[in-house]
Amino acid sequence: MDSILSEYTTVDPTTVSVWFKACNVNDIPENGGACVKYKNKQIAVYHYKRKQTWYACQNLCPHKMEMVLSRGMLGDADGIAKVACPMHKKTFSLESGENLNGDLPAIAIYPIKIEDGFVYIGFSE
Amino acid sequence: MKTVIVVGNGMVGYKFCEKFRAHPANSAFKLIVFGEEPRPAYDRVHLSEYFGNQDAKALELAPASWYSDNNINLITNERVTDILNETQEVRTISGKSFSYDYLVLATGSAPFVPPIKGVEKEGVFVYRTIEDLEEMLSYAAQIKAIKPDGRAAILGGGLLGLEAGKAVLDMGLEPHVVEFAPKLMPRQLDTRSSNVLQLKLESMGIQIHLGKATNQILGESVIEGMDFGEDDQLDVDMLIISAGIRPRDELGKTCGLDMGTRGGIVVNNKMETSIPNIYAIGEVALYNQMIYGLVAPGYDMANVAANQILGNPEVLMPADIDMSTKLKLMGVDVASFGTPYMPAEKGLSIIYENKTKHLYKRINVSHDGKTLLGGILVGDANDYNILHQMYLNNMSLPENAEELIVGARGDGGSAFGSAIDLPDTAQICSCESISKGKICGSIKEGTCNSLKDVIGLTKATTGCGGCKPMVVDLVNETLKSMGKEVKDVICEHFEYTRQELYGIVKVKNIQTFDEALDKCGKGDGCEVCKPALASIFATIYNDTANKEDVIQDSNDRFLANIQRNGSYSVVPRIPGGEITPEKLIVIGEVAKEYNLYTKITGGQRIDLFGAELNDLPAIWKKLIDAGFESGHAYGKSLRTVKSCVGSTWCRYGMDESVSFAIELEDRYKGLRSPHKLKGGVSGCIRECAEARGKDFGVIAVDGGWNLYVCGNGGATPKHAILLAEQIDNETVIKYLDRFLMYYIRTAAPLMRTATWLDKLEGGIDQLKRIVIDDSLNLAEELEIEMQSLVDKYECEWKQAVECEEMKKRFSHFVNTEERDDNMVFVPMRDQKMPEPWTN
Repeated sequence: MDSILSEYTTVDPTTVSVWFKACNVNDIPENGGACVKYKNKQIAVYHYKRKQTWYACQNLCPHKMEMVLSRGMLGDADGIAKVACPMHKKTFSLESGENLNGDLPAIAIYPIKIEDGFVYIGFSE
Repeated sequence: MKTVIVVGNGMVGYKFCEKFRAHPANSAFKLIVFGEEPRPAYDRVHLSEYFGNQDAKALELAPASWYSDNNINLITNERVTDILNETQEVRTISGKSFSYDYLVLATGSAPFVPPIKGVEKEGVFVYRTIEDLEEMLSYAAQIKAIKPDGRAAILGGGLLGLEAGKAVLDMGLEPHVVEFAPKLMPRQLDTRSSNVLQLKLESMGIQIHLGKATNQILGESVIEGMDFGEDDQLDVDMLIISAGIRPRDELGKTCGLDMGTRGGIVVNNKMETSIPNIYAIGEVALYNQMIYGLVAPGYDMANVAANQILGNPEVLMPADIDMSTKLKLMGVDVASFGTPYMPAEKGLSIIYENKTKHLYKRINVSHDGKTLLGGILVGDANDYNILHQMYLNNMSLPENAEELIVGARGDGGSAFGSAIDLPDTAQICSCESISKGKICGSIKEGTCNSLKDVIGLTKATTGCGGCKPMVVDLVNETLKSMGKEVKDVICEHFEYTRQELYGIVKVKNIQTFDEALDKCGKGDGCEVCKPALASIFATIYNDTANKEDVIQDSNDRFLANIQRNGSYSVVPRIPGGEITPEKLIVIGEVAKEYNLYTKITGGQRIDLFGAELNDLPAIWKKLIDAGFESGHAYGKSLRTVKSCVGSTWCRYGMDESVSFAIELEDRYKGLRSPHKLKGGVSGCIRECAEARGKDFGVIAVDGGWNLYVCGNGGATPKHAILLAEQIDNETVIKYLDRFLMYYIRTAAPLMRTATWLDKLEGGIDQLKRIVIDDSLNLAEELEIEMQSLVDKYECEWKQAVECEEMKKRFSHFVNTEERDDNMVFVPMRDQKMPEPWTN
């Protein structure tokens, strides 16, 4: 199980080697999320409209190792953008990946950019 | 400088010194105290603790140094033998004389030893002083050395006798309590509570012998048994006499003080005796023709005498003495207050008795039901403080006085608002004489900001600690009233309760979540406030979950329940549990086609598990084409109305429960609420539909339906409570419309009906007034709102499968048709299940 988890590590924007063209901006619901596939990875993408920002993180919840985070609810805790897992409401910062209401391992965060109506996610491999 | 002589250094004599020296005018007086015992005053109330620790110091009220520090001349081991009132002198056993200006007699009492033949034999003890205990301990040790299963009897089943029983138990001997009266604690308890206490004590290994008059003590020179006459004997190796007290009033006789016919020095409400400058306090004083054997009135007397001598003549003893007591006897709570029991012409009683738990609670109320006259608590005296305060302050009783002892709906909840309802004069901490006004005032004035501050300032709770729960309540409530405590708001984004937010959304006609944030919230929302607002929108506009799917809980967003491996379950509505063979076949075919695990649910329908997100629209399309609708199994909404087969088939049925269940389920389907809602309809009182385990339950009876509300199964099961009896179908629906709508409007997020009713002020009676009597003048509005929700119902799955844009939601990936390869199923009993979690 840990092997799936180890496939996801936060990518620093300065080390991006591949900008993957993931989807059309309209494929992602406003103030919600959806999942894109890149090679064997599942990446959750969120359009955080209230903050005028986009976020990308692993779709895998480190709690029960299910691919569900993209179906979670967006929100903020003291201003920090977060997502709540639909399984057991574990919440994770979309900025640092940190588990905000427990001591689960942090989730991996990926760089994201919007160009010409398309969503790009940054990978370093 | 004037001299005050105190004779007696017991608890009351000590309290006199403490009160006297605490007074600003005390320095003009010299204080001399005589104690007959070798040590300074100690806590006789907790004497039995000495058996546990044999630490006399721990019982001391103050160390010997306290007396010298406070300029008190304490002379112990010296008995005063005479009062020469002509010359204002006392003389001691060693022949010394001391002059006084004021004399305070606090000589207390001695154990009463009944004139039983043989009472002088070795092995017979009284229970009063530490010296008595020391002698008992060494005697018990001798017995145990030669007879490990030795027995000790206690003569007297009153308060002190039972304390002594604990002592015997601690000494390791087999305890037998022998009481002349037909019940234990005859002064404080009625027969039933006494029986409960007896059962409890017997279960602890204490043998109780009631209605026994001891004729003589058996044995040569050493006790061997007790004889009750007519060949009734009890073999014992030791006897402790605890048959009441007699005032130590012999000094009074030496100077001709007025005495009671059965002993005691007569005093008035200034604690003055018949001779000027001589006062009597505590158990030696006969006040109101009574000797008060409790420490609290003794302390009051000490305070009165000190003030009288120090020149505050207005401090007087009240005419009515509160004899309320709360104590732990061998770990068992026993309390009585006011008039513990009385004949019916003086008041009526409410009694709760549960012998299986050794519980007994009784309260006596006035004939008009408005005033608390007294009561008894055995086994659980947690409510003593507040009941005692209600009695002392003559507070009016709640409408259902029984809730004072059985709790609201019997769950231990309290019917009293809280300690905050007490008057300011109510004494909360009787050890330190701290009133409610003083506690609350210290916070309101800003001197204190926390419980710790209040305790530090007032010393409240530092005595016996019994008042602690009340002090905590008072501090919290007062802080709250000043806005210093967080109120029960939804979350950091909305500083309102759900009910307040409901009102705001309705009045401001707020339509979307972002609009709500902008108009009355802050930040971006979260997983708590988003579904709460979604529920409010549904209540006001009956929007389905499709309108703003990103604020719905995940299950509502995908109109299905997410399961362990991220797959979903599908539950079509089967109203009342009635289904045709054709529809059953469709369910079977769909399950086969999509390889779904099928199971009958507790709500009489069929659950299809293991559907992948991508397949949900296709599955639902097939079901909808066959005439099914969403079962809303994923929502905080009406689930099912369960039914038994009813009078159409059942030979016992009184009415058509299935027809009515279908009607109700069709009426309320799709209704979003603070928590899930379940209903049931049973065709007779055999209750096969388990309707009373539901949020609303209807049971057919002779002459109509009985309507029950606010029950549930789940983690804290509750039976629904009767709201109305023998009503027809239309009235059931009318009352249900009003009840459900009122609940949906006012409950907190995720609060089920049972909890909601518990928190509803006035409980079921208030609900009856609102729903049946329309006391809030709301009924019509509630009915109209419900009807509008019913009229606006739409199947949200039908909406979803008919709209291409909505269907996009049901796809695991947005950039490929591939499925989630992380989702794994394993076989189980000819079907499938998710691969179990490993962590």
